[in-house]
Amino acid sequence: MSTPAAEAVPATQKSSSRPRREVIRRHAWQVRLTHWVNALTIFIMIGSGLNIFNAHPRLYWGQAGANSDKAFIALEAVSTANGLRGRTVIGPLHFDSTGILGVSRENGEQTARGWPDWITLPSFTDLADARHWHFFFAWILVVNGALYLGWSLASRHVQRNLWPTRADLRAIPRSIVDHIKLKHPQGEAAKRYNVLQRLAYLGLLALVIGMVLTGLSMSPGFDAFAPWLVTVLGGRQSARTLHFLFACAIVLFIAVHLIEVVLAGAINEVRSMITGRYAVPGEHD
Amino acid sequence: MPIITRRRALITGLAGSGLLLSACSKIFQADSLTESASFQRVLAAAQGWTRATQRLLLADGQLAREYKPSDISAHFKANGTLNPGGEDYDRHVAEGFVNWRLVIDGMVAHPLSLSVADLRRLPARSQITRHDCVEGWSAIGGWTGVPLALLLNAAGMRAGAKYVVFYCADNLEGEPSKGGEQSPGQYYESIGLVDAMHPQTLIAYDMNGKPLDVPHGAPLRLRVERQLGYKMAKYVRHIQVVSDFHGISGGHGGYWEDRGYDWYAGI
Repeated sequence: MSTPAAEAVPATQKSSSRPRREVIRRHAWQVRLTHWVNALTIFIMIGSGLNIFNAHPRLYWGQAGANSDKAFIALEAVSTANGLRGRTVIGPLHFDSTGILGVSRENGEQTARGWPDWITLPSFTDLADARHWHFFFAWILVVNGALYLGWSLASRHVQRNLWPTRADLRAIPRSIVDHIKLKHPQGEAAKRYNVLQRLAYLGLLALVIGMVLTGLSMSPGFDAFAPWLVTVLGGRQSARTLHFLFACAIVLFIAVHLIEVVLAGAINEVRSMITGRYAVPGEHD
Repeated sequence: MPIITRRRALITGLAGSGLLLSACSKIFQADSLTESASFQRVLAAAQGWTRATQRLLLADGQLAREYKPSDISAHFKANGTLNPGGEDYDRHVAEGFVNWRLVIDGMVAHPLSLSVADLRRLPARSQITRHDCVEGWSAIGGWTGVPLALLLNAAGMRAGAKYVVFYCADNLEGEPSKGGEQSPGQYYESIGLVDAMHPQTLIAYDMNGKPLDVPHGAPLRLRVERQLGYKMAKYVRHIQVVSDFHGISGGHGGYWEDRGYDWYAGI
């Protein structure tokens, strides 16, 4: 069964004074299972990734890049008369980011570290441990992603529920206005993904594939196998930079995703991703 | 009219994600998990999966990409030990390494002891490759040296040989950027026979057309082009062919391996 299916199951609401809310089975168990594996894994990947990043908090473009080369993003620690200050450099811009980026408190002391200890995994700086977390859960993510993608293509979930139709594409401007007004579809329209949802989920899929490819391109072993991939991505340091930027885009996706869940009705939405049952918001609510 | 404004929603979402991220590591006790030996064993399984996969992908002995002379980095970052120092090494520097010996022994039929001049008389290979540090940076350099396979074949490996261990002249104090436990120790490394016999695996004596300088490992260093920089031992003076790492320093096959890093560094 694919999602969001319009197959109605008996409504659970008993109140007879109000119109009964239609309850549908929205998410297939394959989607629900892989969603929660992803939800856990992505946080581990971000936390351990930022710990790895801290071993060399500078990003370059091209094949090579090290301390003497120009970094276009860097989290630096600068010794000043006022003690250690954190400085964030993005291209020609730079700003003081003491306390969060470049320099932050670790065990009560201002310490030179790219990302603060409350966001990295483990919280203490340890490249070896962070790599163990990152590479173990990278395998989980890849296997989970392959299962999801295989099932989604075979069951035509991608083709039916994610790929936008012509009518969807024409409705983009309207959908943007609706989203800005925080207006959510109701009734029949709520049973299917709207066009921005479709594009966001497809975009996320592309981002995750991009994360895997840029991640692999940082591996000297994989590079000997597929040097063309590194070339396509602009070089090993470019791949590392893209890996970071794609991760930022995924964090943005998660933020918007969480906002939308809350705005669309957190309990109903979360329940639909756990049990699959989703109460269709009606015009009367 | 929505009660929650867009600006507020976005801030709440971003802050919420950050909070969730930090709560996640607290709820799962990430730090204590990290320090638990049994959990470490679970995570370590991934190293085996990665190694098996890369061995399969690289079964044809593919070469690491080689670059043009114009790609060579203006400054090749030197990392780890920058100068082993000490009376012995300083004397070798002063003598121009004419008395430096490279000893090859262990599970071999004919142990060898070679000077740098001996090595320079042997067939050489030159390659311009990218060096990838585990910390994340890369630099491109040109290397000339003797293929390790040639030396191992000359010494004649005995049956049961599985690893090649490289002992170095430097005592490394650790590196703050890597974090974790920092303890000094003699640098050493090891590779398996697949990498040892690979044509790009060299005992290098020249870098960018000039004899290796002290920060980059004078007079001899290892190049293993399909793995990370920490495998490429500098100041190499002794090569030993072994069947396992039992009794060798921490027993994990290398200075960084003894401090938690993966022995297979193809990723």
